[in-house]
Amino acid sequence: MTATDLTPRPGAAPVGRMLLAQTALETRMLLRNGEQLLLTVVIPTVLLVLFSAVDVVAVDGPGKRVDFLAPGLLALAVMSTAFTGQAIATGFERRYGVLKRLGATPLPRWALLSAKTGCVLVTELLQVLLLSAIALALGWSPHGDPLSVLLLLVLGTAAFSGLGLLMAGTLRAEATLAGANLVFVLLLLAGGVVVPLSKFPDAVRPVLELLPISALSDGLRSVLQLGGGVPWADLGVLAAWSVLGLAAAARFFRWE
Amino acid sequence: MHADPAVEVTALVKRYGDKTAVDGLSLAIARGTVTAVLGPNGAGKTTTIETCEGYRRPDAGTVRVLGLDPVAQAARLKPRIGVMLQSGGVYAGARALEMLHHTARLYADPLPVGPLAERLGLDSCGRTPYRRLSGGQQQRLALAMAVVGRPELVFLDEPTAGLDPQARRATWDLVTELRAAGATVVLTTHQMDEAEQLADDVAIVDRGRVVAQGSPDELRGSEALLRFDGPPGLDLAGLRKVLPDRAAVTEPSPGSYRVEAELDAALLAAVTGWCAGAGVMPDRLAVQRRSLEDVFLDLTGRELR
Repeated sequence: MTATDLTPRPGAAPVGRMLLAQTALETRMLLRNGEQLLLTVVIPTVLLVLFSAVDVVAVDGPGKRVDFLAPGLLALAVMSTAFTGQAIATGFERRYGVLKRLGATPLPRWALLSAKTGCVLVTELLQVLLLSAIALALGWSPHGDPLSVLLLLVLGTAAFSGLGLLMAGTLRAEATLAGANLVFVLLLLAGGVVVPLSKFPDAVRPVLELLPISALSDGLRSVLQLGGGVPWADLGVLAAWSVLGLAAAARFFRWE
Repeated sequence: MHADPAVEVTALVKRYGDKTAVDGLSLAIARGTVTAVLGPNGAGKTTTIETCEGYRRPDAGTVRVLGLDPVAQAARLKPRIGVMLQSGGVYAGARALEMLHHTARLYADPLPVGPLAERLGLDSCGRTPYRRLSGGQQQRLALAMAVVGRPELVFLDEPTAGLDPQARRATWDLVTELRAAGATVVLTTHQMDEAEQLADDVAIVDRGRVVAQGSPDELRGSEALLRFDGPPGLDLAGLRKVLPDRAAVTEPSPGSYRVEAELDAALLAAVTGWCAGAGVMPDRLAVQRRSLEDVFLDLTGRELR
């Protein structure tokens, strides 16, 4: 056995180092988790390939099937990581005392949340690269201003993160697991991801259009498929969800 | 050495709904010592410790840890303390050494992870995900995480619960070395031998208050118990006459006698002398000092709760 010098020499690491270490750890935890990968990588990829190749859903607008589907699945990718994945992971971290234990280290809470955001952004970047590569291989021809796309993705991430953290910080982990998956499926079907909102009855469409997933998929489509300008209305809906979700999460999140 | 205490809790009150978990508890813990906090389940030990760690806000009273308010001055306090929770605290998918390395990265000048993991027997399971570690391995990982940042004050909540004797010994060695290196250790336990072996100071907590505090020797006191068997119905009044006034003499079951007193050789001689005079052979004569467990049960009662 080696003798260890246990003399106290307390002190926090530089905050940049803590932030980097925490982001790296959170990202490794996510990429190592099979269920998370199913949600964030496999499902969007399969849907993109399947629905581009097979005529099972009626698509909308000009261009090939993939030109309609790719923006919707980019929106789904954002939702799967920022909302579903983050809610489930954070819910179980809360349940297993991870958040509590980290709260006793020098890592500030804002740095923990920033690391979570960093992990979500890294994962989304990988998703966007993968889905774009597949879509391009399927003949996707994207249009529009990349800056508008980036703005939509960032605001979409903020909106879904707020809602995901609200769920994780208030419900039991099992309830979050079930709820986040249910919401994922419902929004996948009713949020303009693969089924155009024009297929829904007139009575429900205005409500569906206010969903964050609809705003994100509609906004991405208006730029990438139709080559439209900055989609202010969709950005406005996402901004409203961001403010509501993040404020509610900040107010109601319980760390234990 | 600092003169001011490492931990100073004054008249702490903490309620959960209409249940009062801590009810005016006061406790001072000197720097450089090992203090064991004992108490029945639900006595308020964990609530008190977690208030010191900054997890809970006192409903009344004050808590100072290393001279700081654990809630208002958390950012200054956190780097200086090490915390071992009763359970959990690790990502289910994180490998043991990965989590220890990560915790080390949050501190300016951490212990070398390798030797620490080795001495706590974590090197062999270093690549095992947390959810697949045994209970004892999870405990040892939590202990390693509590000390890896070289804290000057360490809180260990039931550090040896569920450990095998080897791991318990390794934990005790680490605690003893921490004190020798100048750190302060506060631990909770249900194991009286642990408190007797490790602690300079023992605080017994019951119903949200400290009911006794002192070194194990002070708490056990000089009172001792002398037991012997003999024929039933001996003349106890006669025996009392040859003993000091404060000695208590009883026959709890026929033929079984107990003398509780400040025990010394003279008292022993007085008892055996009286027996000789009465023509009684004191059988199975035994002298027993009160154990910490006796003190604990006397103070907190014997009934289950």
